[in-house]
Amino acid sequence: MPTIYINGEAIKIASGERLNGIEAARRAGVEIPHYCWHPGLSVVASCRMCLVEVGTRNPRTGEVIMHPKLVPACQTPATDGTVFITNSEKVRAARARVEENLLINHPVDCPICDKAGECLLQDYHFQHGQESRRADIRPFHSRRRPLGETVMLFVDRCISCTRCVRFCREITGSNELMLTDRGSIQEIDVFPGYPLENNLAGNVVDLCPVGALADLKFLYQQRVWFMKSHQGVCTGCATGCSIFIDQNQDRIYRIRPRENMSVNTWWICDAGRYGWDYVHSKERLLEPRQLDADTQTHVPVDWAPLLNRLDNSLREAAKSGHLAAVLSPHCTVEEAYLAAGYVRSIDPGARIVLGPVPKVGVDQKFPNGFVIRAEKCPNRRGIEEIAAYFMRRDYPFEALLEEIGSDTITGAWVTGGYPEDWIDEPTAQLFSPLRLLVVQDLFDSPLMRRAHYQIPAAAFAERDGSYVNANHRLQYATWAIRPPAGVQVEGRLFWRLAGRAGLYQARTILREMAAEVPYFSAAKAEIPDSGIDLVH
Amino acid sequence: MTDFEPVLLANIQNPESHTLRAYEATGGYATLRHVLQDWSPEQVVDEVKASALRGRGGAGFPCGLKWSFIPKGNPGPVYLCVNADESEPGTFSNRVLMEQDPHQVLEGTILAGYATGASVAYIYLRYEYPQCLKRLQAAMDACYEAGLLGQDILGSRYSLDIIIHRGAAAYICGEETGLIESLEGKRAWPRIKPPFPAVEGLFHQPTVVNNVETLACVRHICERGAGWFRSMGTPPDPDIPHDIGSLGPKLYCLSGHIERPGCYEAPLGIPCRELIDGYGGGVWHGRRAKAVVPGGISTGLLSADELDCPLDFESPIRYGCLGLGTAAVVVMDETASMIDFLHNSCRFFSHESCGQCTPCREGTAWSLAILNRIKAGHGRIKDLDLLLEIGDSIGIIPGTTICGLADGAAWPIKNAIRKFRGEFEEYIKKTNPGGWDVQEPVPALTFVGSH
Repeated sequence: MPTIYINGEAIKIASGERLNGIEAARRAGVEIPHYCWHPGLSVVASCRMCLVEVGTRNPRTGEVIMHPKLVPACQTPATDGTVFITNSEKVRAARARVEENLLINHPVDCPICDKAGECLLQDYHFQHGQESRRADIRPFHSRRRPLGETVMLFVDRCISCTRCVRFCREITGSNELMLTDRGSIQEIDVFPGYPLENNLAGNVVDLCPVGALADLKFLYQQRVWFMKSHQGVCTGCATGCSIFIDQNQDRIYRIRPRENMSVNTWWICDAGRYGWDYVHSKERLLEPRQLDADTQTHVPVDWAPLLNRLDNSLREAAKSGHLAAVLSPHCTVEEAYLAAGYVRSIDPGARIVLGPVPKVGVDQKFPNGFVIRAEKCPNRRGIEEIAAYFMRRDYPFEALLEEIGSDTITGAWVTGGYPEDWIDEPTAQLFSPLRLLVVQDLFDSPLMRRAHYQIPAAAFAERDGSYVNANHRLQYATWAIRPPAGVQVEGRLFWRLAGRAGLYQARTILREMAAEVPYFSAAKAEIPDSGIDLVH
Repeated sequence: MTDFEPVLLANIQNPESHTLRAYEATGGYATLRHVLQDWSPEQVVDEVKASALRGRGGAGFPCGLKWSFIPKGNPGPVYLCVNADESEPGTFSNRVLMEQDPHQVLEGTILAGYATGASVAYIYLRYEYPQCLKRLQAAMDACYEAGLLGQDILGSRYSLDIIIHRGAAAYICGEETGLIESLEGKRAWPRIKPPFPAVEGLFHQPTVVNNVETLACVRHICERGAGWFRSMGTPPDPDIPHDIGSLGPKLYCLSGHIERPGCYEAPLGIPCRELIDGYGGGVWHGRRAKAVVPGGISTGLLSADELDCPLDFESPIRYGCLGLGTAAVVVMDETASMIDFLHNSCRFFSHESCGQCTPCREGTAWSLAILNRIKAGHGRIKDLDLLLEIGDSIGIIPGTTICGLADGAAWPIKNAIRKFRGEFEEYIKKTNPGGWDVQEPVPALTFVGSH
């Protein structure tokens, strides 16, 4: 087993493991500051912030021979006997000088910079910088220009780490970004007529260690220290990227990728990054409504009597035929499992069916393996497995429509939660024969207008539960914001309808499912932040 | 100097020296014929190794050793790059070779290609050398016609194509991996090493980068033998480990305040004073030398009392300089201002810094800003220490940059201030009588441009 020495502390790494100095030091709990190095990009060793002293230790004699020069830790492989010194006076002075150099032409306009609070230049200056400024150069300005529809470049804040340039070359392969000019006046820019325009472009803002690249949607919206980050899962497509949802007072301001080597590595697509506006849409249904038989209009009802009324209506409908639960691929597996179990408890022959799966175009694959999927929902696989578990046979949505037509189905609970239109007038028409139609959705739809009960649905950021992505990976998302007043999150509603005591606990349901549904058996264990594979 | 017979510049007096006819009349390409017929590539490498030829481009790396790093039996092609991007201020020896005797360079290139197994050689030519382009192109055309280039050279079954690539006037393209990046059509940012070009260079294939003058020397080593080459120059210094000495003839570019500036050929190790007085006719107007750049501006400065320094690869280091560099000797007489010299040097390196590594990118620009302020009459004594700190902390020698450009930027700063500090202090005190002694840190910033 190779042994690495970080500031005198011996660290064992697995043989065959390829780590650089920064990664090896991290194992020992030592942070080596760095700007240009990123685990997902090629090594350029140009910022020189990670300079350390390196040596080799003779395994027999224990004698350490140090290299006379400073070397960048990012470029130095950690092999057996490598000695890293990260806290010597020489290293400290080199870091301080790099920090000083980077600030020579920097506008230091932190008070009006979006990155302030999560800026490496700020952090490192406090940790490694010098107390006073020795460069009396002050032609400060903060020029800016858009690089594309979504990203603004603040030219003078740039430290030329070229992470964004490398991202566009190595990850997206679209090569929009480059450096123009040379030396201390060089600038990031796009080629004339070819703006930063690719489906992963927003990642350059997260990659930027300083405030040079700003997200136009987020720019000047919120100081980062006011926001709280929540671990979520993107529901935009079947990839199910790990994300952070940054919110303040129940309002989402930003979605960022969360590192997950099993799913999305370090990136998310722009559709996921910017596709959350509907959560705060004014069009959302914010109260439950019931169809008034006399006037044929929907009138608001209180939640308190509604639960009993819903329960009674379902039992009534079950007397003359079967019930059906249409489970949207936007539901979490826990919600779907609760809903299916509840409907089955009223009618043991209830049909459990996966709702329509939206598909747009074809899968988009990037050179590094990142995939934006055509299937625009997060949980088709999970819901499919739950439906299959209850139905014991293949029972598609079309089969349900047929059965409604032949009058064997009398009541249905349809869950929606789709951010876009998902059902057209002719399809909705097919639900007309039902004696009871409960529609739970975010927005008005042809089906909603036919519902006897209109139940407001929660958006993804408001739900607690798990999603299974296209590769059978189950990931757990915590709620980030509370739903608008008047909305009951699906899980909570089904929990109460099922007559369970206390608060809705997604983890409890998942454990129950894991014990009962073989597909989910791997979820018995604790679910790590990066999720677990249900199928190996 | 009297018994030294120039070989590299032997024919340049002939107005027709650039033609194939004139070159062959003086024995040109006879060596190539002989080598291709009778020698194996390994023999060429061994002969060059035995000659202890060191690269003439500036770093002085042993040429034969560099060639021997090429992996044997590489499945892909091997490339030879001829570094003709001569941009070190004060240097023009490659230009003389390419303009006056291009066939000498081509013959050396073919020999080097044969030795390393290269099938394509690129000549990376400095943009500002249009005459070299013309002459090289004409020489190549003549070679192709005579069967000296292309397929099956002289019936030897060795094939070599040469492609001239014209640079776009950037100093950094003279750095070997910057040159390779530029040849690949990219921004000339020097690569991190390892891997070295000999293992993974141009288009990810083993690559040798040699200077024009180095290749011209190869031709003469193959013709006259390693023994002849070793008969002149400075023998290895036993006190320096792995030193192979500084042997063979060298082209010195003599310029500045001198009576007869020009490109002169002399054995390596000629004392600086002898070069200036013997070849250059002494400092002009009967003045005295104040400082001499020993080998291109990046090597630093020799002061007037250091002119006994032998101009070989190791000696300038003993006098506090970076090395021999390109052997471009620039003489400054007693009227020259060291402040102007340093300002010009800083301006050059700030302009040419490729911008990759933070210490060089910002350090060179910062040193220029300080010099600008000193020249504007706002200098302070403490600026000199700051300049020295910048000089001492940038470059591959302290380990803070990828390539040696920053070392080249640092040495003029270090040498000028350490060797001429009195002049700098005097200048600052004279031009900034009220503020030269200010010690306070720079006041906090007062102005931030609005959005």
